[in-house]
Amino acid sequence: MDGLHNWTLAAPEIFLAAAAMILLMIGVYRGERGADLVSSLCVASLGIAIFLVLRLEHGTAYHELFLVDAFTKMMKVLSLLAAGIAIVMSRSYFVLVGVWRFEFPVLVLLATLGMLVMISANDLMTLYLGLEMQSLALYVTAAFQRDSERSTEAGLKYFVLSSVASGMLLYGASLVYGFAGTTSFPGLARGFLAGDVATGAIIGLVFVLAGLVFKISAVPFHMWTPDVYEGAPTPVTALFSVAPKIAAMSLIVSVVMGPFRPLLAQWQQILVAVAVLSTIWGAIAALRQENIKRLMAYSSIANMGYVVLGLAAGTEEGVRSVVIYMIIYLAMNVGTFAVILSMRRKGVMVERISDLSGLAQRQPMMALALLLFMFSMAGIPPLAGFFAKLNVFLAAINAGLYVAATIAVLASVVGAYYYVRIVKVMYFDDPAEAFDRPVERDMAVVMLATALFVFPVFPVFQAPFMNGAQAAAKTFFSGR
Amino acid sequence: MEFLVKVIVFLPLIACLIAGFAGRAIGDRGAQWVTTLGLLVSAVLSWIVFFKVGFEGAGGTFRVATWIVSDTFESAWSLRVDTLTAVMLIVVTTVSAMVHLYSIGYMAEDPGIPRFMSYLSLFTFAMLMLVTADNLVQLFFGWEGVGLASYLLIGYWYERPSANAAAIKAFIVNRVGDFGFALGIFAVYMLTGSVQLDAIFKAGPELAAMNFEFLGVQVPALTTICILLFIGACGKSAQIGLHTWLPDAMEGPTPVSALIHAATMVTAGIFMVARLSPLFELSQTALAVVTVVGASTAFFAATIGLTQWDIKRVVAYSTCSQLGYMFFACGVGAYGAAIFHLMTHAFFKALLFLGSGSVIHAMHHEQDMRHMGGLKDKIPQTHWLMWIGTLSLAGIGIPLILGHGIGFAGFHSKDIILEAAYGAHSGVGFYAFWLGIAGAFMTAFYSCRLMFLTFFGRPHDHHHYEQAHESPPVMLIPLYVLALGAVVAGFAGYNIFVGDGWEGFWRGSIAMEGSREALHHAHEVPWLVKVLPLVMGVAGIAVAWWFYVGSRANLPQMMANAFPALYQLSYRKWYFDELYDFLFVRPALWIGGQFWKKGDVGIIDGVGPNGLAAGAARMSRILGRVQSGYLYHYAFAMLIGVALLVTWYMLSRGQ
Repeated sequence: MDGLHNWTLAAPEIFLAAAAMILLMIGVYRGERGADLVSSLCVASLGIAIFLVLRLEHGTAYHELFLVDAFTKMMKVLSLLAAGIAIVMSRSYFVLVGVWRFEFPVLVLLATLGMLVMISANDLMTLYLGLEMQSLALYVTAAFQRDSERSTEAGLKYFVLSSVASGMLLYGASLVYGFAGTTSFPGLARGFLAGDVATGAIIGLVFVLAGLVFKISAVPFHMWTPDVYEGAPTPVTALFSVAPKIAAMSLIVSVVMGPFRPLLAQWQQILVAVAVLSTIWGAIAALRQENIKRLMAYSSIANMGYVVLGLAAGTEEGVRSVVIYMIIYLAMNVGTFAVILSMRRKGVMVERISDLSGLAQRQPMMALALLLFMFSMAGIPPLAGFFAKLNVFLAAINAGLYVAATIAVLASVVGAYYYVRIVKVMYFDDPAEAFDRPVERDMAVVMLATALFVFPVFPVFQAPFMNGAQAAAKTFFSGR
Repeated sequence: MEFLVKVIVFLPLIACLIAGFAGRAIGDRGAQWVTTLGLLVSAVLSWIVFFKVGFEGAGGTFRVATWIVSDTFESAWSLRVDTLTAVMLIVVTTVSAMVHLYSIGYMAEDPGIPRFMSYLSLFTFAMLMLVTADNLVQLFFGWEGVGLASYLLIGYWYERPSANAAAIKAFIVNRVGDFGFALGIFAVYMLTGSVQLDAIFKAGPELAAMNFEFLGVQVPALTTICILLFIGACGKSAQIGLHTWLPDAMEGPTPVSALIHAATMVTAGIFMVARLSPLFELSQTALAVVTVVGASTAFFAATIGLTQWDIKRVVAYSTCSQLGYMFFACGVGAYGAAIFHLMTHAFFKALLFLGSGSVIHAMHHEQDMRHMGGLKDKIPQTHWLMWIGTLSLAGIGIPLILGHGIGFAGFHSKDIILEAAYGAHSGVGFYAFWLGIAGAFMTAFYSCRLMFLTFFGRPHDHHHYEQAHESPPVMLIPLYVLALGAVVAGFAGYNIFVGDGWEGFWRGSIAMEGSREALHHAHEVPWLVKVLPLVMGVAGIAVAWWFYVGSRANLPQMMANAFPALYQLSYRKWYFDELYDFLFVRPALWIGGQFWKKGDVGIIDGVGPNGLAAGAARMSRILGRVQSGYLYHYAFAMLIGVALLVTWYMLSRGQ
């Protein structure tokens, strides 16, 4: 491996790092007025990063610390996309609450850099490096609305709990290293394949998984989610609900399907337990929520449950279902948050479900978009969300996880209640006061694009997405 | 010939489709004329076919299409035309054409004319399918088709709750009969392997020797089959027990009552028994059942007719009663006499119904005879035409001259039925004869009661009386045509249907052996038997005149007071509706209520959806409490979680 090769494989990360530094400088020199410019440039940088990612060759760099293949490329694109949309959607909110500063987009850029590193991690050390880089930036964004008690509380909670999770992860990593003698993914895989499996390594794996599962907010490491989602500024919630989840999920897939794949039997039961508990908890605890951001927190817990279930299958089909699910989840969630961010009345954000009353009469197009997202999340055909769940359940059933699949299906029935309730509130309740108009152009574009993706684009043109996911999933099974 | 028959059968279907689907495009006028002209053409062609088949023997079976083929089961769609079918063709198409024409006037102000005309044509098509069937499945198809059309037409005024209730009642009561019919068809197919009529008749003698084992009891196969089929006939032809729907069916428009519930559909049961007479012939038990049921209905329905106030209900019970006559004629083997009466009855009963419709039309949809009276000067044409129908129904004529007497149509056909019953010289035959004689008296009484209450005396509703007006020509022309039939059909048809020419006419389309014997005996009865029906008829008319016109005292009220139990029994229709309500409707509702409230709402919903929902809500409260907002709770939960996962892993690995 020559040095140049390292540089080319990590080009998007290096570009983002440099861009972040430069934009920070621009921001500092332009001062308050620079926020719009920096924000635009950040989005542009993310766009360029996507372009760079797509041009990457496959291979490993930095002595196998860093990996690029079809799967990581796909997940990177998704993360970059999610981060870019989050920045686009954040402007109007921060302007409204008076904290529209250039630091925010730059922080998102840095968090995204962390995510890319996580996704490409091929070693426990890289993994931790990326994870912390991402987390540190995110802590700050959660508390970005400094003068808001709730925002700072959210940031603090996220920081403390995330630290606990990181501690667990580090402890697990040290156990693994202690028993297996290496932190490299390929090295670990070779060792486990040789049948040399110490109990301590497995316990280490459990701890590592716990740390990662925290990031995707699955049960029992989900407790932070509702509080942070509710407290953080809404654009940050939108960001949290998608980009870090994609990165963390991708990392979990890399870990369990990579070095620990020989131990499928050992981690499968853990993932199944996590999955089933998440779907049930996410469905049931959401039933009584009145705040739509909290509702989305439980919704994401449940959704992550389904994704983990797909992964728990441990098959190529399972990984494919994970990728598909994340793509669709990205669209549904971003779209929903675009609606939530448009819920403002006389210049004040509102976030209660009852505020949506009779929306269909006041703003029919927005109501229609939210209806599509809700029905999609509830898994109603022919919307995209149905296919997401369908693939997961098929994978689980083909892997023999009948009980888990059945419970998850039943939980999705319970979950459908609160999604459909929102539709009912919008379409059948007496109209509440209208939201401010017009809807921000950025939001309208995001809503339209994601709604079209949910229906009819994805259901009708599934093939390219399926093929892409298939190609991504294949990487774990055809040797890296 | 084949072309003729196909035109006759399919013209009404085409007219139905045009009026039904293009009704808006062609308008009310268009729908009326397309259906009416279609039927008039069908009727004219039917008469041609009738003469060709009846006198030249030009019948046959004409294949239309393959219908159902499944393994050994085969049912082609064919049109079988023999004398029996030809008779039914003229009856159905002629009456139907007249009713179509009449409806143009009667329904002129109705908002749904194309729908109505379309239904009428649909009915006619189904009825033609029924009478041209050459296998049991096709017969059943027509059978259900007329049932459907009947349902649609009874409930035609769907905004009236009573019409909907009557339509549903007709449908459900008919289901009971159809269940028997279907079982009969199944049994026939099971034993003979065919549903083709010819094949079944050929296998008849073998069937007579077979037995079913049912619940360990051996039952004769043929008798069982015949009785099952007869149950179907009872449902369609409103025989005692399954008759309750017919009076309620009067909720439909009057032309419908005339066409379906008097002249054609209700006679399908008689047609079926006649069509399957080669089978019935082989089971004396089944024939006895037919005789007893028919005779009982003839008597029982007549008693109810005595006291009803609704003009259409009187005629409806009269229909029920006359159908009883036809059945016991079949029961004693006089199938030709049954069909003969079927035909004459179709003319005079359709005349009476359409006449009643004319009265109702004149009285602005008033049907209660207590509000009528004195109409004979207001609507003279209707008055005289209805007298023709009434006298025909009462069986008035002069017996014993010109060979077999001369009189109105009903006189000829009813007399031959009663003579055949007497001539059977059997227990059931005498039972039928004496009930029939009693029925003849009551028939004359109630039909004249109807006439006197409606047309004589003083008007009771002056407002309606003043406005009463004669019906337009489009309604009167059909009445004249039917009146012609009611006068001459008996005299003209006697010879070929039941007289000397019968064998050359029927040509094996009904069971010949039994008919020969029955008719032979019928012609040999004493002259007293031939005169008795007329005596009873005249007596009935005289009594009715005395009761309602002649006497100054209120004789009907006095009679009712003198025999309150009998009066109530008749007025309350022998309490059949109350009995069924108690026996079937209430228990069914009760069971339904139990299943609904206890079973579905209580157990299934309570434990299932609602129970789970309540459980989910409870769980949700508990989980909400866990979400305390305290950092150390959350961190603790994470640690417990990881500890549990590790423990679980260790434990499961230890195994």
